[in-house]
Amino acid sequence: MRYITARKRAEGMGAAHHGTDRHWYMMVSAVGLAVLIPVFIYIFGTAVGQGRDAVLEIFSHPFNAILSGLVLFFGMRHFAEGSTVMIEDYWQGVTRRLLVICAQSFAYGLCAIGLFALAKIAL
Amino acid sequence: MVQLTLPKNSKVRTGKTWPKPDGVNVRKFQIYRWSPDDDENPRVDTYFVDMDKCGPMVLDALIKIKNEIDPTLTFRRSCREGICGSCAMNIDGINTLACIYGLDEVKGDVKIYPLPHLPVIKDLIPDLTLFYAQHASIMPWLETKTVKPAKEWRQAIEDREKLDGLYECVMCACCSTSCPSYWWNGDRYLGPAALLHAYRWIIDSRDEATPERLDALEDPFKLYRCHTIMNCAKTCPKGLNPAKAIAEIKKMMVERVI
Repeated sequence: MRYITARKRAEGMGAAHHGTDRHWYMMVSAVGLAVLIPVFIYIFGTAVGQGRDAVLEIFSHPFNAILSGLVLFFGMRHFAEGSTVMIEDYWQGVTRRLLVICAQSFAYGLCAIGLFALAKIAL
Repeated sequence: MVQLTLPKNSKVRTGKTWPKPDGVNVRKFQIYRWSPDDDENPRVDTYFVDMDKCGPMVLDALIKIKNEIDPTLTFRRSCREGICGSCAMNIDGINTLACIYGLDEVKGDVKIYPLPHLPVIKDLIPDLTLFYAQHASIMPWLETKTVKPAKEWRQAIEDREKLDGLYECVMCACCSTSCPSYWWNGDRYLGPAALLHAYRWIIDSRDEATPERLDALEDPFKLYRCHTIMNCAKTCPKGLNPAKAIAEIKKMMVERVI
């Protein structure tokens, strides 16, 4: 049993003085992705069912390649931040920190692989 | 991790069924009971109340049960008109005030539990110690730096109107205990009630501690655990909208950096 006042529990370690940056980023990226993703889906849709050469040609087009890169980068960053919030909601302590590291690594890893593949196709 | 199942000693079992009175207009009440004085699990007792001899509100029925059937039933109550916030409890699955919740609003049996996700002191009485401490932590008073005026701190009518929809909060805890974010992170997230009060002081034209108040709230847990689930606004027995107050604080936070 800990002898700790309710006020000390409520105050905790005080405010971290951040969080607004993440909140603003999520709002901006959500709006950006709402515009980017439908266009990306259209481009992706045109490539579905095509042969290898046709697909490579579609994604080597500068507009398509840049747009796909933007979707990958901002989509994965949005995923990283969003999944971090979810993990913070439901897990605590060391598990929370480990899962945040995993989610961030997965998101940025996937983003790096995707961008590398795009660069290889487009350049 | 979030605990999804109740520990063994918290599993609710079926309790005592009290005798049914004669009468045509009898209603069944199922009420959560738990006492710290024995080692027994919580239980749900069943009572029957003759509605022809009972007032129209849930609190009237609870008082009738306590006075005439089972004096050990324990609950908080005071004003009986929705001003003190004492009789907050979960009725028919909704966090509300028993004194202003009509029995005619409940379909079928009346199921009454304490406010969810708080430690229970006894029966329908939750432990609100941390909830009150969180309220105290947002400094719910006027903070000024200017020398005190000779007569009073004056406020324009339009500035006073900004407090409408905020000052009416009676701190019943219905909103905070209906919020999943508060359930999972109640030790770090301040909850809708405390944040509504924080906003009430932030936008008070007479208060001069806005920067300090915003600084104290800028935290991924204290403020940004609100995911706009809106349970708080749906359940508030006073018809207030804590989610909107929280959104306004977030807007002010963004205004400070953008």
